[in-house]
Amino acid sequence: MSASFDKGYNALKEQVDASVAAFFSSCVHCGMCSDACLFFTETGAPERTPINKTEPLRRVWQQEYTLLGRIGKIFGFGKKVTDEMLTEWETLIYDSCTLCGRCSMICPVGNDIADMIRKTREGMAASGHAPPGLIGATKRAVTIGSPMGVKLPALQAQIAHVEKDTGMTIPVDVEGADYMLLLSSMEIMNFPEFIEAVGKIFKHANVSWTIASEAFEATNSGIQIGSSDIAAELVQRIVDAAAKLKVKNVISPECGHAYMAIRWEGPNLIGKPYDFKVVHILELLDDLRQQGRLKVSGRVKDKLTYHDPCQISRRGGVIDEPRNLIAMFADNFVEMPDPGKMNWCCGAGGGVSSNERADEIRLQVFQRKKDQLDAIHVDGMISACSNCRIHLEDGLEEYHMEMPVLSLTETLAENLEDK
Amino acid sequence: MTETELLTWARGPGFQIATVIFVLGIALRIAEIVMMGRRGNLAEPKGSAMSSGLRTVFSRTVPDASTFKRSAFTVTAGYIFHIGLFVVIFLFAPHILFFKDLLHISWPALPSTVIDATSVVTIITLIVILVHRLKDPVKRFLSNFDDYLGWFVTILPLVTGYIAFHRVGMSAPSLIAIHILSVQLLMIVFPFTKLMHAFTIFLARWYNGAISGYRGVQS
Amino acid sequence: MTKDLSRKDTTLGDALRSKGISRRSFLKFCAATASMMALPPSMIPTIANALEKARRPSVIWLSFQECTGCTESLTRAHTATVESLIFDSISLDYHHTLQAAAGHAAEAAREAAMEENKDKYLVVVDGSIPMDNPGYSTIAGISNYDMLVDTAKHAAAIVTVGTCAAFGGIPHAKPNPTGAVAVSDIIKDKPIINVSGCPPIPVVITGVLTHFLTFGTIPDLDNLGRPKTFFGQSIHDRCYRRPFYDKGLFAESFDDEGAREGWCLYKLGCKGPTTYNACATTKWNGGVSFPIESGHPCIGCSEPNFWDGGGFYKAISIPTENLTQTAIYSAAAGAAVGVAAGTLGRIKKSAAGKAHDKVTIDDLEK
Repeated sequence: MSASFDKGYNALKEQVDASVAAFFSSCVHCGMCSDACLFFTETGAPERTPINKTEPLRRVWQQEYTLLGRIGKIFGFGKKVTDEMLTEWETLIYDSCTLCGRCSMICPVGNDIADMIRKTREGMAASGHAPPGLIGATKRAVTIGSPMGVKLPALQAQIAHVEKDTGMTIPVDVEGADYMLLLSSMEIMNFPEFIEAVGKIFKHANVSWTIASEAFEATNSGIQIGSSDIAAELVQRIVDAAAKLKVKNVISPECGHAYMAIRWEGPNLIGKPYDFKVVHILELLDDLRQQGRLKVSGRVKDKLTYHDPCQISRRGGVIDEPRNLIAMFADNFVEMPDPGKMNWCCGAGGGVSSNERADEIRLQVFQRKKDQLDAIHVDGMISACSNCRIHLEDGLEEYHMEMPVLSLTETLAENLEDK
Repeated sequence: MTETELLTWARGPGFQIATVIFVLGIALRIAEIVMMGRRGNLAEPKGSAMSSGLRTVFSRTVPDASTFKRSAFTVTAGYIFHIGLFVVIFLFAPHILFFKDLLHISWPALPSTVIDATSVVTIITLIVILVHRLKDPVKRFLSNFDDYLGWFVTILPLVTGYIAFHRVGMSAPSLIAIHILSVQLLMIVFPFTKLMHAFTIFLARWYNGAISGYRGVQS
Repeated sequence: MTKDLSRKDTTLGDALRSKGISRRSFLKFCAATASMMALPPSMIPTIANALEKARRPSVIWLSFQECTGCTESLTRAHTATVESLIFDSISLDYHHTLQAAAGHAAEAAREAAMEENKDKYLVVVDGSIPMDNPGYSTIAGISNYDMLVDTAKHAAAIVTVGTCAAFGGIPHAKPNPTGAVAVSDIIKDKPIINVSGCPPIPVVITGVLTHFLTFGTIPDLDNLGRPKTFFGQSIHDRCYRRPFYDKGLFAESFDDEGAREGWCLYKLGCKGPTTYNACATTKWNGGVSFPIESGHPCIGCSEPNFWDGGGFYKAISIPTENLTQTAIYSAAAGAAVGVAAGTLGRIKKSAAGKAHDKVTIDDLEK
């Protein structure tokens, strides 16, 4: 079995629904979506206009699902979708898009363009037009269990370090726990302090939790590459582990699209609702805050701002929670321009950071984040996605800017009242 | 054919033909869209898709400040010509009579001098918009025959209406007939082009708001 | 001293003086005529001289499928106006309604006048000509068509009086049972001046004749052959109620407040915007009033096909047919076709779903 153009075309046909039809019928070529997309604003390349990225899907809609298009096809009208065309669109759909969804927020006729790009990726993946880097990550995710190749021993080693350093026990495979925590490979490898922070907070707030050894990976490469089949397989592992451990809730960690994958796409991918609830770590922490179970005594005097990870805030719905939590410890918090649901993407989500081919453009578009930061002159930036954090650090270095990029959970843990 | 015969034809069979194509075409396209359906969402909702969708239908009309700064021309010129078009079409007494005959409801008119001035502003704005579409890199890249045809059939009734109102060049029956025929051209072309956005925008905005609102974000 | 008015060589001046018209009144008439024809005051003496010396031209008046309203309009003199005297001062050698002669004598008079004034006489026509069957309208057994062609052969010019002769008028209205046509549909080789109107304003006729008598030429005509001086402006552009149109004040029905206030009659079907005539300026009955001033919308009677113009009480901007019904049926049909097309789409999508090959990591590359 291998990828083929026919499979890709068929996948595109499956993706057209009433919303797609309404969107394409309404586009008036105003170009406002380009002004919302950092891949255009920082490069000026018109082909990176978001709606243009959906052209393969649009042609399929027009020629397969409109009467006029079908009649036109008989007479040879209408530009065809070909394998060459899909090749041409690869860098637009993968390298120049993080599925951040800003375009969907501003389109005056109401098009959810990011959603349509996500759908277009289904056709690209099935026809073999995904970036090699992303294909590699996806293969590792399915075969090894992590796109970065992190196996259970690696996680166990990190856990051991935390337990040794803090003296607390990190619960693994505890049946009947309230919460099952997922972790992104990025956190395990690059930010293991997160595990320590979570352990500390949950102990402080007396939360019953566990990590599942059979399904600890939060990242879902299937979502990034745009293959629902693969994404479903990855979600199913989590569902199976949650069932086995009989947990009530699954926590999505500080990882952007992991939340989108498990919280919003998950049940639709596997075709049935969950027997558990899904919360983002920030949602849980805010819940604990509201219940009065978090006692924060530390104050951070540095001038701080918050970078909204796209898949968590704009596309995920977790916008107020981080701000509530930051307010617990920050003395000098300022919003960057366009805060909250209109914040600008860091430039690395949606598979872009796994795509070596996109390294250059990824750093080029960081200029947008730089402009936001230059307007507020802060000492530090908080975020809640490790992929954002790694890339933000890359960008700050590239543009010779000095400031720490902090994890919200970690900062909160640092400022907890010692009991 | 005499001028009066042309005018009477335009007011008679002309409108019949144009109405059939216009209404049938619009109904067809909307039905075609809605029939595709949408899969139900099995994830647990955080907000209300229904109320969010409804709200987006209206709220999307107002861009946020940052977006407006970047797309100021598109937004401003777009609003001027849309509002101008609305005023000229729906608030001019002879046109209101047309709608009263069609829909059996009526509403007050604006003085025809106001309509006249509005039509001039609208025509000029449309010309400026065309120039912008031809010169702006993104718009030029995106634009195709559909865009230019849509522009043409929209400005033509405005221009012919202005000429008919001021009775320049030919005698009145011909000018009014030409104006009515240009409206019918717009009606016939409408369902096959992006002009459909006048109707499908309500669906698109609703879907957008519903998808996002389900996740608890007002889009 | 009165001249013998029956003599063909008496001038118009003689005729007027014999009727007791003073020089002053005559000049006043010339001034009024000059003004109506948009000629400068310096032309008044020219007009006066021309009319003074004008020989009484021979006029043959042919009445075909007409109601006699045009003749009535012209000859109805409430007072002895100079217009009617001008009319009397032409040598009206043939006119069904007005002439004393009848039968063979009448026809003989016509033929004699044609012969004596060969290539110099004016033909005035009112009424349309039936082409379906000559029997629909004959005079002395001669069909209208034959009489027209015969009489026009040596005419200097033809003046069609009334919309029937100019454009076909009422007999021409759907379904046109007699196959009525205008004079200009038949006569192609003579100058024709169309003085349309149902009926035309009296002074418009005399103005045309005066022009002809003064200059010996046809006045400037519009694209429908009507003299521009009288038909060059639309009623709408000269209507005294225009300010109400511009302000958006309309009568909604015949006896409502708007109607009583004298507001614009557009909504009641006024065809003023598409009608060219002198009614709004010259008015009727010696300048007393015109239809709009009396509260009735203009019916457009000086335009071709005015009777088939979609209804006198339907405003110009309203379609002539029932669009609401058409729209409802079209919407239903469109929805039906759309549902059918959409169903085909769903079937296609479902087939695509069935044809779905599950993507595994081995299927990500070719």
